[in-house]
Amino acid sequence: MNSKIDVQNQTMVEAINLALAHAMEEDDNVVLLGEDVGANGGVFRATVDLRKTYGLKRVMDTPLAETLISGITVGMATQGLKPVAEIQFMGFVYAAMEQIVSHASRLRNRTRGRLSCPLVFRVPFGGGIHAPEHHSESTEALFAHIPGLRVVVPSSPLRAYGLLLSAIRNPDPVLFLEPKRLYRAVSQPVLDDGKALPLDTCFTLREGSDITLVSWGAMMQETLQCAQSLSEKGVDCEVIDVASISPLDMNTIECSVTKTGRCVIIHEAARSVGVGAEISAHLAEQCLLDLKAPIKRVTGYDTIMPYFRNEGYYLPSIERILDTVNEVMTFE
Amino acid sequence: MNKTFEYSITSTQYIAQDGTLIKPLPNFINDELLLNAYKEMVLIRTFDQKAIALQRTGKLGTYPSSLGQEAINVAIGLAMKKDDVFVPYYRDHATQYLRGVTLSEMLLYWGGDERGGSAIGENCKEDMPVCVPIATQFCHAAGIASAFKIRGEKRASVVTGGDGSSSKGDFLESLNLAGVWQLPVVFVINNNQWAISTRREVQCHGETLAQKAIGAGIPGVQVDGNDFVSLYDAMHEALNKAYAGKGPTLIEAMSYRLSDHTTADDATRYRSNEELKKGWDLEPVKRLRDYLHNNSLWSSDKETQLQERVKQQVEEAVETYLSIKPEPASAMFDHLFETLPVPLQKQYDEVCSLGGINHE
Repeated sequence: MNSKIDVQNQTMVEAINLALAHAMEEDDNVVLLGEDVGANGGVFRATVDLRKTYGLKRVMDTPLAETLISGITVGMATQGLKPVAEIQFMGFVYAAMEQIVSHASRLRNRTRGRLSCPLVFRVPFGGGIHAPEHHSESTEALFAHIPGLRVVVPSSPLRAYGLLLSAIRNPDPVLFLEPKRLYRAVSQPVLDDGKALPLDTCFTLREGSDITLVSWGAMMQETLQCAQSLSEKGVDCEVIDVASISPLDMNTIECSVTKTGRCVIIHEAARSVGVGAEISAHLAEQCLLDLKAPIKRVTGYDTIMPYFRNEGYYLPSIERILDTVNEVMTFE
Repeated sequence: MNKTFEYSITSTQYIAQDGTLIKPLPNFINDELLLNAYKEMVLIRTFDQKAIALQRTGKLGTYPSSLGQEAINVAIGLAMKKDDVFVPYYRDHATQYLRGVTLSEMLLYWGGDERGGSAIGENCKEDMPVCVPIATQFCHAAGIASAFKIRGEKRASVVTGGDGSSSKGDFLESLNLAGVWQLPVVFVINNNQWAISTRREVQCHGETLAQKAIGAGIPGVQVDGNDFVSLYDAMHEALNKAYAGKGPTLIEAMSYRLSDHTTADDATRYRSNEELKKGWDLEPVKRLRDYLHNNSLWSSDKETQLQERVKQQVEEAVETYLSIKPEPASAMFDHLFETLPVPLQKQYDEVCSLGGINHE
């Protein structure tokens, strides 16, 4: 890295803004649209000032209609634009689901490559910010089940910057889930150098030999904290940030678990038929004889996510993770 | 009380049921255009009959007939310019054909082969493929028109849907945006009175479907969809308006679905023979032929020659369709993503072992 460049500390939402600006600067086809993304700069300020720089034609405030937003995004993408649409909260993405399932993810296939959908849906998701009803769920598994769609979740400002650039440059549709609990929780130096991070790839954030901890999004914070405190107790954790929920890079996870023989998966979403279940099933298929203990999951429950007074009971806590790791480490 | 807003819906008809003129034809309508339109209408009706026969003999999947819709689809196809983009639903065979989709490609699509959406024709490279989920296509057309507007191009998108599709939010949301952003898009509702077994009256209490444009602040017109000239005239005006940056138009084309909903449907379960007979009295092909006869532009000799020619053209398309072998099993991965993601490689290898022409 060039030491003369002043690398600013950025929060995740600032890093997302940087990546959007960079993508708009390098490619005139990149346009932003959504509710309140223009004059207001987005309800989380992810698109702040971009309309001032790139104008009304490239930063479009839409009517309040998620079905429409998703559908026109598909139409724009078929015309060679690279639309990045913001769906204000994951709780409102379901009106867009038909367009995502029936068109965005399959247009390339149903035209045998004649038309494609190089688009990104940015969707803030997850709990932990005391938001109203419908604003806190993590339903990534619904989308991970859709062939032809990439589902990407950053867990830090750096990965938000690099993965969002990749998502925008990618020739296929990407659902980019932004863990809003992390929007302003942490900051780190982010160099605006336009360097993307790879999709379809897990990131090993910490190497270790005793147990593999797998997570993504906001839960990476608790997972890394657990790994740190466990290391002080002599448990050497390998920590994997899945980052691309779909397609899922099982190879990295498989290699790690083959080495450690133990795995705990941590996610906010409801447990059953979740992405954790997919990882667990795959490990059972591929590394059964390498396992020293059952694979365990620490997750939200199969309930409606409690309103914010009680969301702390739902979200995996450090205590729950440590208890589960302890259970796995002491399994005989 | 003050009247703050007034709006009326007009209805247009040029050629009457018996082929006589109700009012003079617009000056951009000439004999050559009418003869051409008639020939294309006859072609697509012949194609339609053949497609149903293929389905009945197990050589085609479920197929939605366009019987009775010929004037609408031929008018749209002939009125559009090459640079425009067509966003069809699933009963638009004639327009797709006129845009450059071949008859055999259409058969391929309804015959269960993804290559039926690949649209190899010159004029239709940016056209959308058949759209099955009702009304979702209206949003695409608005998005495509947005792209034209963003880039300052003098082009329009044209999107179709049935009367049933006008009940969906996608339609109203798209009309609304087209109004706000003054998009170069033409919405055509093919009001053929039936959505499978659901009557037009059950879809909406409004007197017309064209008036759905009112809420979006855009013009809505009703035209006789069995009269080629009425549709062509409305399309001509709507497209010119779109090219000139004067925004969208909603056209409600009044027609009648003379067929079952699809080959999987049996309309005798829910509609009377008397009603169907009245529908046949209005049908568009005979109407235009009568007009051409009345004006000495057509003869029974010409009709015989035309019938023979289109029959041969359709037979050739069927032969081509039937000669195309299925893709190999692995083709299901070929266009899932631009390049196959590494995590899918194992599944791809597994599917390759299933066979198909490239992997036998």
